[in-house]
Amino acid sequence: MERIVVIGTGQGGFQLAASLRQEGFAGRITLIGEEPGLPYQRPPLSKDYLKDGNDARLLLRPPDFYEQQRIEVVGSTRVTGIDRAAMEIETGDGARIAYDHLVLATGSRNRIPPIAGLKRLEVLALRTLSDARILRDRVEHMRRAVVIGGGFIGLEFAAVARARGIEVAIVEGADRLMGRAVALATSRHFLDAHREWGSSVHLGQFAEAVTDAKGSLAVRLGDGSEVSGDTVVLAAGVIANDAIARDAGLITDDGIVVDELLRSSDPDISALGDCCRFVEPVSGMPARLESVQAATDHARTIAARLVGRPEPYGAVPWFWSNQGDRKLQIAGYAPDADDWHVAEADGKLTVFCFAGGRLAAVETVGNAGAHMAARRLLASAGRVPRKLLEAADYDLKAVMVAA
Amino acid sequence: MPCITFIAADGAETVVDAGTGDSLMQVARAHNVDGILAECGGEMMCSTCHVYVEGDWLDRTGTADEDERDMLDFAPCEVTDASRLSCQMKITDDMDGLVVRLPERQV
Repeated sequence: MERIVVIGTGQGGFQLAASLRQEGFAGRITLIGEEPGLPYQRPPLSKDYLKDGNDARLLLRPPDFYEQQRIEVVGSTRVTGIDRAAMEIETGDGARIAYDHLVLATGSRNRIPPIAGLKRLEVLALRTLSDARILRDRVEHMRRAVVIGGGFIGLEFAAVARARGIEVAIVEGADRLMGRAVALATSRHFLDAHREWGSSVHLGQFAEAVTDAKGSLAVRLGDGSEVSGDTVVLAAGVIANDAIARDAGLITDDGIVVDELLRSSDPDISALGDCCRFVEPVSGMPARLESVQAATDHARTIAARLVGRPEPYGAVPWFWSNQGDRKLQIAGYAPDADDWHVAEADGKLTVFCFAGGRLAAVETVGNAGAHMAARRLLASAGRVPRKLLEAADYDLKAVMVAA
Repeated sequence: MPCITFIAADGAETVVDAGTGDSLMQVARAHNVDGILAECGGEMMCSTCHVYVEGDWLDRTGTADEDERDMLDFAPCEVTDASRLSCQMKITDDMDGLVVRLPERQV
């Protein structure tokens, strides 16, 4: 194999390139993507970056790393198509680049809900560094913000804004916060926290329109009421960037479908991170995860295969979200959870999520020890029966020893 | 600017000038020090920025607290009393001359 081409210059694309070199791959590596500049970390954009505005801290590696490692990064370039027969990709300016293996690390883009008036300048999204720069500049003068979407990004932003004294209204269509990702008890914990910090939270309300209202903006909700602010932050989830794969005839299903080796339906093309639908190894269920963990662990699995050491993907999912002084940590994957055990004491929250009588995931706030123990347990023993936890009085470290 | 030495597992030394206020992980990354991965970016979620603090420097840097210990348990190489996650070590002026060793691998 001479040349590996990666579409996407995010953390997953970067990790793939870095892991390939670490594994001793000596051929040519090209990362090509739409964003300008070198790969950077995205998680801080909704957290520390809004506070410190320090661009240099975001870079995953300094420029000389890419020279030393002979990793070609081609930014500001849109890939428009994949010619699988010729094994070439085509870019927006008509150039064709040949590959021996292609890795799709195209990530995801913000979902734009059908809300009238969203095109206004005062409506900001938060996905890229360029979005974050605009938002950070705006934060300096912001007085009242309306956040559309009560998911991780919207809530992280809301907490930062409140800490700066900005009035915040959060509008969420579902009846609870982070509803697709966490248990009810965790949603409630954060609802209380955000209200305590002074945000007004409107649940079960879809935003319908953004209109002018006496020098500011008004967001009209489903029940006809309005919330106003000088800025609207749109954080309504993301959509996998899988169209380029679909157009090339690869199998997609809300994400590029890959097998346990992370190969797409074309063995010369792999996919990783936000844009792929893979088999989550602990549950055995198809999953599409938007996380640093998935992107980097996928990348390592693909890199090892490309240098001749194929191993099925086996990493336990983990995730975090910082909101104000609370750190939410999730270990495992439990969309099939049907029962929960909640332990809350001394400001620590631990939610055990069970599916079919087995432990599927653990959500914690301020309980890093339990989070780590859960990751270890899921990695070594998979989904263990609930009775093991009951016998150990829900002490994960004790279960770890027993399992 | 505090001067800091990173010693790789194979003995190779990298000496850098660190900015105070940055974490040791940020310093390592900005200077392209091989052997610090820092995948989670300093969130104490991944344990891929493990270092061993040399000699008496632990008095100055402090040891790992309970959460950091829990996280270090995930590191693939031996964890000792001198083990720290470099993302949790803020550089201060009195760390001029600090020496840390890097483990053989981080994942």
